[in-house]
Amino acid sequence: MTNREIILGRIREALKVAAPHPDFHELGRADLPVGPDARQRVPTAPQKWLPPVGETLAEQVELFGRNAEDLKAEFHECSGLSEVIQHVKKLSADGGWKKIGRHRGEFTDPVARELGLTEVRTDKGYAVKDLESCDAALTECEALVAQTGSVLVSAPSAGGRALSILPPHHVVLARRNQVVPDLGVALQRVQEKFKDKFPSFMSFISGPSRTGDIERILVLGAHGPKKLTILLLP
Amino acid sequence: MKVALFIPCFVDQFYPHVGMSIVGVLERLGHTVDYPEAQTCCGQPAFNSGFWDEARSVAERQMRVFRDSEMVVIASGSCGAMVKVFYPELFRGHPQEVEAKALATKTFEFSDFLVNRLGVLDVGARFPGRATFHDGCHALRELGLKKEPRQLLRHVQGLELVEMKEAETCCGFGGTFAVKFPMISTAMGEVKCASIADTGADYVISNDCSCLMQIRGVLDRQGKSVKTLHLAEVLAQT
Amino acid sequence: MNAQAHEFKASVRRYTADLGHRDWIQKALAGYYVKRDEFKNRFQSWPSARNAAAEIKWEAINHLDRYLDEFVSKLEARGTKVFWAPDAQAARDYIVGVARAHKVRSIIKSKSMTGEEVHLADALEQSGFEVVESDLGEYIVRLRREPPYHIVFPAMHLTRKQISDLFHSRLGSEPTNNPEDLTMFARRVMRRKYCEADMGISGANFAIAETGMISITENEGNARLTTSLPKIHVAIVGIEKVLPKLSDLALFLPMLATAGAGQPITGYNTLYGGPRQSGEPDGPEEFHVVLLDNRRTALLADAEQRDALHCIRCGACLNVCPIFKNVGGHSYGTTYQGPIGSVITPHLRGLQDWKHLSQASSLCGACTETCPVKINLHHHLLHNRRNAVRARPPRSEKMIQAGFVFMMRHLAIYRLAARIGRTAQPLQPVLRATIFDPVRAWTKTRSFPRLAKKSFRELWRERKTS
Repeated sequence: MTNREIILGRIREALKVAAPHPDFHELGRADLPVGPDARQRVPTAPQKWLPPVGETLAEQVELFGRNAEDLKAEFHECSGLSEVIQHVKKLSADGGWKKIGRHRGEFTDPVARELGLTEVRTDKGYAVKDLESCDAALTECEALVAQTGSVLVSAPSAGGRALSILPPHHVVLARRNQVVPDLGVALQRVQEKFKDKFPSFMSFISGPSRTGDIERILVLGAHGPKKLTILLLP
Repeated sequence: MKVALFIPCFVDQFYPHVGMSIVGVLERLGHTVDYPEAQTCCGQPAFNSGFWDEARSVAERQMRVFRDSEMVVIASGSCGAMVKVFYPELFRGHPQEVEAKALATKTFEFSDFLVNRLGVLDVGARFPGRATFHDGCHALRELGLKKEPRQLLRHVQGLELVEMKEAETCCGFGGTFAVKFPMISTAMGEVKCASIADTGADYVISNDCSCLMQIRGVLDRQGKSVKTLHLAEVLAQT
Repeated sequence: MNAQAHEFKASVRRYTADLGHRDWIQKALAGYYVKRDEFKNRFQSWPSARNAAAEIKWEAINHLDRYLDEFVSKLEARGTKVFWAPDAQAARDYIVGVARAHKVRSIIKSKSMTGEEVHLADALEQSGFEVVESDLGEYIVRLRREPPYHIVFPAMHLTRKQISDLFHSRLGSEPTNNPEDLTMFARRVMRRKYCEADMGISGANFAIAETGMISITENEGNARLTTSLPKIHVAIVGIEKVLPKLSDLALFLPMLATAGAGQPITGYNTLYGGPRQSGEPDGPEEFHVVLLDNRRTALLADAEQRDALHCIRCGACLNVCPIFKNVGGHSYGTTYQGPIGSVITPHLRGLQDWKHLSQASSLCGACTETCPVKINLHHHLLHNRRNAVRARPPRSEKMIQAGFVFMMRHLAIYRLAARIGRTAQPLQPVLRATIFDPVRAWTKTRSFPRLAKKSFRELWRERKTS
């Protein structure tokens, strides 16, 4: 017998006896029927777990911004590419950037061109030590989640796995129509987009890297970026 | 209404005045109180220790004692939970299952009975003083009683009720746990008593005498003068 | 008493006497309670969310064979190598085997309680591989050569000074009382390791059946780095981590963050569905998922306690447990602490050897009340107690219980016992806390009440006759 057969065999044997309904132990519900077919379903989906995100995109963008800032990310709504470029130039000047990492993209291309810094482009692979010494990373994303202030990145949309986690400052360039109400919609969108051919990597980024492991005191930049900036194009 | 009293064994022996207070309150409200004298114990000590056969042995006798009662009021949250929540589990698949469920349905902890069965919040009590309330875990979590004791106490004339931070934190009694793991139990009691002290209250009230036994036990060793009272004792005062 | 129960009691004695430690842990959790409640209140209905989460896990666990098969076939379709590990040894052997086959020199690891459970890091080190723990808290406790204190906050028991001293003595860093400096020091150490490691090992918080992905939740970004740069990624995943659908994460990620850490959402929630796919610029060339049983199927077979497998390892039950807060995480002496640990350890490691964890509880129920997936935790402690007694009734306690039954079934005996108690009561002050004191376990630390002059029964009878 293979290990798989051993384990699945144990599972099937175990499941021959039905387990009580989840509410079984609650007062007054001890009489609920037992067994997998007798389960009374509590509607589980679709449901909005967290507070209402607002009906309009404008409200959702505003909520995204608030949540992202609560997470200690920086968020700016820009009127267009030139304002984005201005912002990034300022970040670069303030941060003393000498080298940035980025991938090719509709927005990363013009922004990087205007920045004119040495760059490590990850699209066709890169040397780890080159990426490691970058001062910032410039990426795009799959979606911005209003309800949590999160950025959803993937390997294709953000230049691979390491680009958005290794350099100390991560700058995200996103479009307004990438703002989605909640995590559920974000996941739905990627399911629709990729169907069966998912990237091997997707990540919800919620603020810069952090830890509270030392006396519960919040320290940013534990391993991942210390700074996260999200710039929104119309 | 005719109400049968279920007086837990330790209330019978250590805190009989709590039982008498319940009698006083119920009679003041115009009800007839009965005390089936054959009763002894709900069986929880055996149950909690994992001796379920032994617990059944004691519980089935107790169930018989109350078979003919229409309504049973119990003086303790933990014994109330034993009857209402655990008797059905204890007797599931046993011949007495139906009887266990019947007793569970007609048994109420004292504050539950007053507020939810009789719809009474003001029992005409008067007790001037500053007090805090300790939520016994069984009453709180097994029986879902949180607001009931507080509603009753808020209608007690002259009583100032202050909440302690650790009101819902276990006092550490836990039945045989208190003697099987005395160091943990005492540590928990100390946390509770520190929270009581923080309120500046002169009285700590609870709906469970076993909790009060634990709290009193710790307070005495600390030399604290805070008095411990069962809810019924406060409500009996006029 | 077996060795484990002995050690438990000894540790309990030490920790309950340490008022400084008890105070420290209370303080450590104070902020968590406030934040947890703040973010719980953001849910439209936390009770409904709990119901839904319980239903989803019920579905997953009660159809585990189906969902595991779906999970594995989706993973394998995209090039992941899946190893089914019936027990800890099989998991260790496989992972050591992978490291050997690839002539790995240095391994970087992110936090995994499942990895702790099978003592993976120890096995790898004993086989000659360098293993670096990348999660800051885990890194710290491993340097101290002690196990994690808490499944989510491994170093919550340490002060910054202890950490500074540790880094200074073991790594030569400058002493500092600034947590940021300490963190940055660890960050620098780790960065080199990420870039050099040949193999990255992670756990997983969830295993998504529908899309064949694992989901890893973290704040630091160390798991992302562990799984991005090394050529090989091995994930060790308990079979119970399964969720049926990708959309289930929309519920579980916020709940895990809120209940587990008092955060609205954790810093990085990452989905891994395979090794580097064609067109991707980086990522491991090989992705291995080790599915661990290690007696989870034994717990599965206990239908009454099967819901203990719904656990999402959030740690919320530890955070509300008065036992945990007073005895500390190390007293448990096993990987999983707190209420969930007390429930499952007897199943995973032996009922008779570990029943003391299920006994060391006042059954307050705070754990059950807080559990995001509604596991019937405190009642399972009772079930374990009952099962332990059934399997091996402890002789002396059985006699005491028989005496209890005899007394309570015979009113005359009960009343006689009370009379004897009243007669012996004057001796109490003399005997108190000595070996002749029947309640000395109580009276050592607490005053014991006096038996009332007249029992309720006697007062009632007097009333009737008057």
